[in-house]
Amino acid sequence: MTEITHHAPDALLAAYAAGSLPQPFAIVVAAHISLCNDCRAACAAHEAAGGAVLETVGEEAVSDALRGRVLGLLDAPSVPEPQFERVGIFPGPVVEAMRGRPPRWTPLGMGIRQCILASGRQGSARLLSIPPGRAVPDHSHNGLELTLVLQGAFSDETGCFGVGDLELADQSLEHTPVADDGAECICLAATDAPLRFSSLIPSLLQPIFRI
Amino acid sequence: MLIETTDADLAERSRPSALRKEFRQLTPTPTKMTPATAWMLAVRDRRDRAAFAALFDEYAPKLKGFAMRGGSSATEAEEIVQEVMLTVWRKAAQFDPERAPVSAWIYHIARNRQIDVFRKERRPLPEDPGLPSTVDLDGGAVLAVEQEANALKEALARLNPDQREMIERAYLGELSHQEISSQTGLPLGTIKSRIRLGLERLRHELRELR
Repeated sequence: MTEITHHAPDALLAAYAAGSLPQPFAIVVAAHISLCNDCRAACAAHEAAGGAVLETVGEEAVSDALRGRVLGLLDAPSVPEPQFERVGIFPGPVVEAMRGRPPRWTPLGMGIRQCILASGRQGSARLLSIPPGRAVPDHSHNGLELTLVLQGAFSDETGCFGVGDLELADQSLEHTPVADDGAECICLAATDAPLRFSSLIPSLLQPIFRI
Repeated sequence: MLIETTDADLAERSRPSALRKEFRQLTPTPTKMTPATAWMLAVRDRRDRAAFAALFDEYAPKLKGFAMRGGSSATEAEEIVQEVMLTVWRKAAQFDPERAPVSAWIYHIARNRQIDVFRKERRPLPEDPGLPSTVDLDGGAVLAVEQEANALKEALARLNPDQREMIERAYLGELSHQEISSQTGLPLGTIKSRIRLGLERLRHELRELR
């Protein structure tokens, strides 16, 4: 496995640990942590900071009834939460977002395909598949975009991204990711606002393709 | 063997080579772990109800205070306490004192439950690294994690009120990622060296797992 060189920034991990990331971004961060021990450790450190806040933020007395209820419920049956393991190139959180099924690809043109995993007011998460050597049309972002490489690699103005690498892009970055030669590049991407494509036609297609 | 810890000690001990050496030297049975860790291990390994009751008495008021500070009513806060403490009981097998102090583990569960229950969506979680071993506890590693947690708590206490407020809001989940980014120069930076020490240690440990 190649060394991961592009990590989640600290503020993103803190927000993930605190549970304040919108769902689409949380899926990408959870997937990256599944592949990246450095970021798993950094996230654990943030949870330790959260634990320190929990210890010091101040106590409120709980009712005796609550205590009795909790101690009385220890033997109550509970439904175990489903666990999602890695399947092929897809980390557990992606498998969960796909509800355990293989991706259902939709062609976007020029050999590029997508599979939407989550879409709502908070933004969207999708898988993108880009043929070797192909460029994703020039686009900039209204908000934040996170891209995690799951297979192959891509390069853009800011560097080269391989499996496990996480790219963070915002309004200031107008970039043209190009898939490296070799395997099809498959990425998990989350955006909190529609992408803005620089050329006219793709922007007309945006509402149709929900990019 | 409990060592008085200075910053220099911590920096020295966070180096991988020093750590490996130290972990070998320490006895496998910790002589002085915090009561919370001991209770949690008793719950994990022996399903000890008295230990769970002690944990409840220790953490339920903190969890309620935390939830109310985050804007929950007293009733909602007690619902959260119930959810979190029952999850602590049910998922005790996942508790690994070599990787996380009790407070961090409970914080993790509290954030999960709060999102699952109040946002009505399942929080995406990383793949499970596997259950910790219940037979060969590395006492040195447990103590190192506890000392780190304590140092973090002290660092938090030393912040000025504004900085502390910011850190609290960040970990209560009240700040967006962008807000945390723009605030980084202030409070996160202050405890960053603490986080980094813990992080290096954990990173080293996780490397050994590969």
